[in-house]
Amino acid sequence: MATLTERRRETDSAATLVFDVPDWPGHLPGQHVDIKLTAEDGYSTERSYSIASPAEGDRIELTIQRVHDGEVSPYLLEGLGVGDPIEIRGPIGGWFVWRDTDPDPVVLVAGGSGVVPLMAMVRARKAAGSRIPFRLIYSVRTPEDMLYANELRARVRDDMGLDIAYAYTREAPPDWPGEVGRLKLATVATHGWPPDLMPACFVCGPTGFVEAVADILVAQGHDPRKVKTERFGPTGT
Amino acid sequence: MGIVSPGFFGRRGSGDTKLPPGQYLTHDFPVLSAGPTPRIDLDSWQFVVTTEIGQRKQWSWQELTSLPSEDITKDIHCVTKWSKLGTHWKGVPVETLLADVETAADYVMAHSYGGYTTNLPLEDLLNGQAWIAYQYDGAPLPPEHGGPARLLVPHLYFWKSAKWVRGLELMLADEPGFWETAGYHDYGDPWREQRYQGD
Repeated sequence: MATLTERRRETDSAATLVFDVPDWPGHLPGQHVDIKLTAEDGYSTERSYSIASPAEGDRIELTIQRVHDGEVSPYLLEGLGVGDPIEIRGPIGGWFVWRDTDPDPVVLVAGGSGVVPLMAMVRARKAAGSRIPFRLIYSVRTPEDMLYANELRARVRDDMGLDIAYAYTREAPPDWPGEVGRLKLATVATHGWPPDLMPACFVCGPTGFVEAVADILVAQGHDPRKVKTERFGPTGT
Repeated sequence: MGIVSPGFFGRRGSGDTKLPPGQYLTHDFPVLSAGPTPRIDLDSWQFVVTTEIGQRKQWSWQELTSLPSEDITKDIHCVTKWSKLGTHWKGVPVETLLADVETAADYVMAHSYGGYTTNLPLEDLLNGQAWIAYQYDGAPLPPEHGGPARLLVPHLYFWKSAKWVRGLELMLADEPGFWETAGYHDYGDPWREQRYQGD
């Protein structure tokens, strides 16, 4: 049982919800929670959401992207009020996680709202004072769809050893020097790590994006066992 | 009943659709896997059954697909909450592959190309409950859905239906597989909502 304590706008269609969860046992970046909503007549439904924040006491943050015509995300973005109770279960998942004791360099590849669990890793790295080099490749449709834009700009300046490359699939900022379109092998090879460094690779986004990027990483020579994937967003995308 | 979410009504499906608790209906076929999709050459593909004393029985692609097959229509339920009704498959019943195998095992570890594993009780693979499926909806099973062949055990959560299956290892004692080691349930009955260890 959790309580919504704050809702922060991220984009026109996404917000970060901050919950107080008494006796939260802590979590690893990359893990998710299950949210269960119950109507007055007993009807209930559940969805999974990645945690955006590093472990920090009884507080967790979820960044929720509105699913067009969705059953749960519109309620979480508009219906649920600050102070309202909600059923949250977790943390869940012991595979798609980064531990600050892992010695390997890290490449994170995010498609759209798939950046959320990867952002938890970026934030946890800083919180732990880790010096593990991180590279984030973040693909969005348009600049307006980018989550955490200001924070990422600040982190690239302040978090030593964090590099970020952006890709735009539909529309880029006016002064954008690169191409607009789907992520290509050249982009992943240029802005990721070479396979010789045996990096830990985390890929999260819609299914088509994850399939394409995982194939690129394997083609580039990365060990498939070092490529961890998580599908994100509404089913069927 | 859980905590009522103030103002939440939800979207009910048609009342006659019966889904396991916590599941919602999808008409797509979502993909869920932990890593890259392996591409497997049919010429070198093998399916191997290994007993608890190390005896092996194996089939090539040609041999497996020459065995009598069945058309299967089943509902499937993923632990990530989606369910899909009336999916059509073609494959070989697991009991056909185990028919001449002598074993005292009670458990099975399914092994996949790419290293994935999942554990099941042997009895859940027998009596028309499980298949090695190689067609989906009348076409060869696509790689992202587990092709060339996957285990199909539709009465359990779908992570038990190992994609890219390459063999079954018979075991005297239960051992956790890939997701089971990561906190998911050892059995995984969707109707009892056995999602995680302890459910």
